[in-house]
Amino acid sequence: MAITMTKGQAGLTGNSAIAYAMKQINPDVCPAYPITPSTAVIEEFASYVADGDVTTELITVESEHSAMSACIGASAAGARVMTATSSQGLALMWEMLYIASGMRLPIILTDVNRALSAPINIHCDHSDSMGARDSGWIQLYSETVQEAYDNLIQAVRIAEDENVQLPIMVCLDGFITSHAIENITLLSDAEVQGFVGEYNAKTTLLDTDHPVTMGAMSLPDNYIDFKHQQSEAMARSKDTVLKVAEDFGKRFGRKYGLFETYRLEDADLAIVILNSAAGTTKVAVDELRKKGLKVGLLRPRLFRPFPFKELAEALKDKKAIAVLDRADSMNGFGGPLFNEFRSALYDAEKRPKVVSRIYGLGGRDYKVKDAVAVFEELKTIAETGRVDTLQKYITL
Amino acid sequence: MADKKEMPIGGVIPEGGTAHGYSTGGWRKLRPVLNKEKCTNCLICWVMCPDSAIITEDGKMIGFDLEHCKGCGICAMECPDKVKAIKMEEEAD
Repeated sequence: MAITMTKGQAGLTGNSAIAYAMKQINPDVCPAYPITPSTAVIEEFASYVADGDVTTELITVESEHSAMSACIGASAAGARVMTATSSQGLALMWEMLYIASGMRLPIILTDVNRALSAPINIHCDHSDSMGARDSGWIQLYSETVQEAYDNLIQAVRIAEDENVQLPIMVCLDGFITSHAIENITLLSDAEVQGFVGEYNAKTTLLDTDHPVTMGAMSLPDNYIDFKHQQSEAMARSKDTVLKVAEDFGKRFGRKYGLFETYRLEDADLAIVILNSAAGTTKVAVDELRKKGLKVGLLRPRLFRPFPFKELAEALKDKKAIAVLDRADSMNGFGGPLFNEFRSALYDAEKRPKVVSRIYGLGGRDYKVKDAVAVFEELKTIAETGRVDTLQKYITL
Repeated sequence: MADKKEMPIGGVIPEGGTAHGYSTGGWRKLRPVLNKEKCTNCLICWVMCPDSAIITEDGKMIGFDLEHCKGCGICAMECPDKVKAIKMEEEAD
């Protein structure tokens, strides 16, 4: 697919931008099993392969379980490996996700967020990637097409960093971001290649002069030590995310951090929300600011590892916070973001009130008025110092 | 792997042939015992042993590698009926 750029800008859907970034990265291997709403990523990337624009070996497999298995095999062989999926596809990869991270293979996956069955649904929520949040994969979330494109390019460097060596998942909202066209700034192929560099795996199954065994059994005498090692690498990867973002900003001018704040600094009331819905919330923030209400937003970019200290620091002085989840943990105690934010704020001296609001499951619209209503609730909580409803569904 | 900090990343075993150093003999409940007088050196036991624990010399069966024999008893089972040169005995005895 030819992409027409005007002054370095192109109108692209999220899926096209991801496929284009993959073309520019030119991974060695891409095992894939397309699924809505990420289908077009693989469809367009397959065109690049067919047209000879990339040297990637595209492996068409019979399921996502096989796709991730092939990713693991190829990565163990020393290849740079990328794939994309959504929803049930990610769910079918589950078993292999843990093997990829435990074997410390820097596989790069795009997850176009879509609700999990049942009932079957193809639209956006975060239950797929939130379900995989403890699988040992680094997770980056993207508000816009531009950020998804930029995140994927940075993801390569983060995953392959010698202090990290972990798989990484870049998440963007199904349909809302994956299918909507945005005007974005693309980098040149040379810029992308210069940024990601060449991948040289430390160990490879193909080096017959130095034979190794990967994925061997490990019993009580050392399993926990390998997991400890993996856990430390995950915690360390936060620094790498910042280091890579800094280099990206220096080279290309677009700055990223662990999270984005919007009019948060002097705010009393805050909404925490992931991905595209942050854009909607920003409009609500602007509207309420005009009315003199001190409101702001925090949008996490890095969710795994969870940068709890930095997040708590950014929110510790707020009076009331609503954490909006587009996924339910089905634990009777709010969504996954809520649980972790509330926990992160436990050590704050003046603990803010934190409530859980679950919105937009299965692609239900989240509108400016929904964000405004949440802020109004927060205002009451801040004024009375009392939380009447700790958790509830909104956008019903 | 005494120093845990030097454990290979992701549980990679960084060289070949390491199974040799892993003593699986400790799993054994039954121990194979060879009656050399009965043995005809047909080496069916050597063929069938799943752990390569039959030791041979000059084409002759001379005993068991008890560091790696798990005591499965396949050698005793496969030893021809007319010969029956291998008996499994309780390790505890």
